[in-house]
Amino acid sequence: MDMYREFILDHYKHPHHFGVITNKTNAATLYNTSCGDTITMEMYIDKKSKKIMDIGFSGSGCAISMASASMLTDTLIGKTAKQAKKLKTKDIITLLGTTLTPSRIKCAVLPLEVIQKAMNNTV
Amino acid sequence: MINVDKIRKDFPIFSRKINGKPIVYLDSTATSLKPTQVIEAVNDYYTKFTANVFRGIYTLSEEATAAYEHAREVVAAFIHAKPEEVVFTKNTDESLSLLSYAYLPYHVKKGDSMVTTILEHHANFVPWQQYAIKNGCEFRIWQVGTDGELNLKDLETLITKNTKICAITAASNVMGTILDIRKIVKTVKKLNKECFVIVDAAQAVPHFSVDVMSWGADAVAFSGHKMLGPSGIGVLWAKKKTLDAMPPFLYGGDMIREVHEKETVFNDVPHKFEAGTPYIEGAIGLGAAVSYLLKLGMKNIRKHEMDMTAYALGKLKKIPGVTIFGLSDAKKRGGVIAFHIKGVHPHDIAQLLNEDNICIRVGYHCAMPLHEHLGIGATCRASFYIYTTKKDIDALVVGIQKVIRIFR
Repeated sequence: MDMYREFILDHYKHPHHFGVITNKTNAATLYNTSCGDTITMEMYIDKKSKKIMDIGFSGSGCAISMASASMLTDTLIGKTAKQAKKLKTKDIITLLGTTLTPSRIKCAVLPLEVIQKAMNNTV
Repeated sequence: MINVDKIRKDFPIFSRKINGKPIVYLDSTATSLKPTQVIEAVNDYYTKFTANVFRGIYTLSEEATAAYEHAREVVAAFIHAKPEEVVFTKNTDESLSLLSYAYLPYHVKKGDSMVTTILEHHANFVPWQQYAIKNGCEFRIWQVGTDGELNLKDLETLITKNTKICAITAASNVMGTILDIRKIVKTVKKLNKECFVIVDAAQAVPHFSVDVMSWGADAVAFSGHKMLGPSGIGVLWAKKKTLDAMPPFLYGGDMIREVHEKETVFNDVPHKFEAGTPYIEGAIGLGAAVSYLLKLGMKNIRKHEMDMTAYALGKLKKIPGVTIFGLSDAKKRGGVIAFHIKGVHPHDIAQLLNEDNICIRVGYHCAMPLHEHLGIGATCRASFYIYTTKKDIDALVVGIQKVIRIFR
């Protein structure tokens, strides 16, 4: 039960920043072929300040990957692209604040991988 | 009838507890558990007659060779084949890939077609698809209805005079559908007697009696680890004249008769396809596994799995929010049930079930084209074998109810 704490389930059922954004500057999609998860991230990065102004994510996945995407978007909006690029697996685990088994770390990290891919992919 | 309580005593893993709870193993379609009889057979090779096969003049090597070849005889008899027609490989995938390298290039040309079904495991799909892409062949797929059943009539349009390969599974590892191989082969051969029929029997040989001669197919592949044997040992069966006509797939020791500076004479089949020191203890373990299954009786095994499947289908369909895939008649399907719970991702389901050591598989089960065709995303899959009890299925039902409660 440890993994499915109330706030994880809350983010899964009511994800923050779910959907598309109109003024996107960057975007990317990644699949997790082992479970069929797919996540798309759209970002609006301000050219001058290099700040992440908005993020919208879409796709489908397990509670862990969805909650991770939801919490990650909360964290990153307002941060700089440089700060976002620095994030590592351990930061995601800290963010989720739950115990993850090795096979589920992949689910948790997928949203970050999409974000980092999107930052190199202007649209 | 088989005595499941007695059978379970043969499987040491059932004495293990994780977090103080027993193991509810519902993933035999992925791999089966191993009985003491198989473990001991493997152990005997390590403790009593460790030696290479076909090489030593000394007693140990003679014993190892005899045990290895005895295993081949046991496996051959099990599928009603001749020992020289049984090639030991690593697994079903290798058996099928062997055909794609040693048979296809000599028989399938540009413009020819190959037919497979949408039910296939990637092992019996990707080799033909990739060959078709590389060689300009047509790759045709026999589609199923939403219930996972194939319509025999479709073959009339799929199989033409240019169809060189028809690769089909004997039982689906997702939908559970059991195919009437004999009837399918007969139909295919009637439409084109030159069409080479390959059967993926990985989900058949462990679960019901298979007679390769009565099937009438040209090649049959299966794995040892799904039928109580060690992982890393598999079988390719084909008629001797087919094997004789194929060039070797791997080169090296054992597969040769004479090697000279300018030429090599290959060994007879099946050794021609078993390059290098084989997985001796794996074959011996597989032989012991077959003996174990034969003692229980394949008819009894099938009956038990059918009972478990009918019981599980009955229980699962009563849970609101659970969708079951495949045919509703347990008589037409193997002991495997794929399902969804509304609003919960399969990974989360498996994770929560794991808290009570309920082992199910989630994902695409190496059958992505089928999932795409049905448009169902990843699925959960519970599968049964000789050691499955109604208690295991009850535990799954309670587990599913718990998942629904948490995600409500």
